[in-house]
Amino acid sequence: MRRATVSPAAFLVRHSTVFILVVLMAAMAVVTVAVGDKTLVRTVAEIYIRTVIVVALYIFIGNSGVISFGSIAFVMIGAYASAWQTCCKALKPMSMVGLPDFLRLHTYPVFFASITSAILAALVAFVVGIPILRLSGIPSSIATFALLAIVFVIYSNWNSVTLGLLSVVGLPLYVDIWVALGWAVVVIVVAYIYQSSRYGLLLRATREDEVAAEAGGINIARQRLIAWVISGFFLGVAGVLYGHFVGVISVKMFYLDLTFISLAMLVVGGMRSLTGAVVGVVVLSTITELLRRAESGFHVASLHIQAPVGSQEVSLGIIMLLLLIFRPNGLTNGREIAWPRALTRSARSGGGNADPSPDTAEQHAG
Amino acid sequence: MTTFIQICIDAASLGSLYALAALGIGLLWGVMKLINFAHGDFISVGAYALIVPSSAVVPTLFIGAWPAPLMIPAVILVVASIALLAERLIFRPLRTADPSTLLVASFSLSFFLQYLILMIYGARPKAVTVGSTLNAELTLGPLRTTYIDVVTISATALLLVAVALFMTRTRFGIQMRAATQDFRMARMLGVRANAVIATAFAISGILAAIVSFLIVARTGTLAPRMASQLVMVGFVATVIGGMGSLVGCILGGFVVGVVSAFLQFVLPEDLRATRDAFVFIVVILMLLVRPEGLVRLRSQKERV
Repeated sequence: MRRATVSPAAFLVRHSTVFILVVLMAAMAVVTVAVGDKTLVRTVAEIYIRTVIVVALYIFIGNSGVISFGSIAFVMIGAYASAWQTCCKALKPMSMVGLPDFLRLHTYPVFFASITSAILAALVAFVVGIPILRLSGIPSSIATFALLAIVFVIYSNWNSVTLGLLSVVGLPLYVDIWVALGWAVVVIVVAYIYQSSRYGLLLRATREDEVAAEAGGINIARQRLIAWVISGFFLGVAGVLYGHFVGVISVKMFYLDLTFISLAMLVVGGMRSLTGAVVGVVVLSTITELLRRAESGFHVASLHIQAPVGSQEVSLGIIMLLLLIFRPNGLTNGREIAWPRALTRSARSGGGNADPSPDTAEQHAG
Repeated sequence: MTTFIQICIDAASLGSLYALAALGIGLLWGVMKLINFAHGDFISVGAYALIVPSSAVVPTLFIGAWPAPLMIPAVILVVASIALLAERLIFRPLRTADPSTLLVASFSLSFFLQYLILMIYGARPKAVTVGSTLNAELTLGPLRTTYIDVVTISATALLLVAVALFMTRTRFGIQMRAATQDFRMARMLGVRANAVIATAFAISGILAAIVSFLIVARTGTLAPRMASQLVMVGFVATVIGGMGSLVGCILGGFVVGVVSAFLQFVLPEDLRATRDAFVFIVVILMLLVRPEGLVRLRSQKERV
């Protein structure tokens, strides 16, 4: 119960990483809304949704060191679960005949739906995680990939419930920049609490040395499962957000493309730190948006210059490769953003007996 | 009995393609722990090299119009050069990076190549007629098959023998196998890392080029993502075969082919569309039973 004696200032400094990230995220929204450009507001809202996905991936991948190709399956599960509860009151009884009556004939409030959908995703994560997470290394990555493929094939053929390859149109559009920001903040805070908790540290120990951690009495599969389920919950949330942000969902939205780009954001930012996950999203999304605008053309004098279709992605590919070649451990190199060290010292001496949390110790070592 | 042999031919032909894809991927995993997602794009590059670069809806044949003895080496040359270029520019600087970085680098390369093709040739699938005569039916007694199935199986057999000879009879091949077993030790004993890895990329490129012929002749269409499904199966095959073991890759490819072909036959009509889900369930089960793969390499066991 030593925490009770720590002054608020020392508490802020000790956990500066999470506060800085949250403040920066919120500041971005405030500035964007103040500028008021509608396209920009949508872009930033999408960055927040991506943040939910990538930080959720980070909770599992970053802390366990196991690459999962399959996590986007939970985004799909979340998105469809929310659509079943909130969408298309008139069409649902005829088009989705396979749904049970409580979904087919009723519509639920959006917030309630988002939580139940995320819980469904977490439940599925729990059930499939029990066998899959017993594996390690590349076999476990491939098993998660198999999971993605299975979920994709089932959802694209389960016509009476998911409309198969057709899009589900008309989800209520309640996700704006503030809702997205809210969830991005929640996921960042939860990821931080988790990684500084006993469980997060146990999982990180297995990442650094699996054999030694196991010899030290850590149940690797159980620790991975905890992170996997938390990650699954927020991936479910991300699916809900996507669905209610775009208004249309289809199975193809939640397959390889989203998997690749989300993993790329995580790795380009630096998959070993929470800051890295956030930085990766912001940097790659910004580059993508700039390229998108360049591709749609710009005016020089009276001349309209337009880049050929596909040049946006080609340039993005080159930029990602360059970033990887010059920063192979990610832009943050596995470090967390934190209040400058010199200032930390003085604050800590003022704060009394605040013992350095293992987490800050790790940053200094990095 | 006839049906059974029929299924076996289907399985062998599908398994051959998977085995070739898995071998191309497994080689690179063996020498540098790279899961090369761009392998599928190497295949597409080979296929698109057959036509004149333009976004026209009706493609004009370019290399594809040349006589076969010229066309096949030309396509192989194109794909192998792309593979070598990728090695030199991207994967050599990243050699010491960890596998996740390599993996994302190969995603990025795949993304780049895919959209480069889309930018130059357009997104629409194109119909080409290179080798389409091979789709004619071939009747052997009660059995009905196509020439392309026979060509696929025999080309694969030939290539596998060639690769096996290369691996066991040539200096480079033996060095490559040594590098697959223990890269650091091999280097200390005088194996040249650059040469070995470059050779692996070149062979991987050659295998990709052959696969692009086999696919184009079979389907007659070109599309920017024509090989992605094949390569996905290739990875899975590499893993269930045993990562790093080349025999394992080939075996894994055939196993997935056989499982797919038999499920196609066994599953009831309305579940057939979900065949791949069943294939992947089998994959997960196999991984749970034998996480180290069908062929276990002694050197792959983690040392403490």
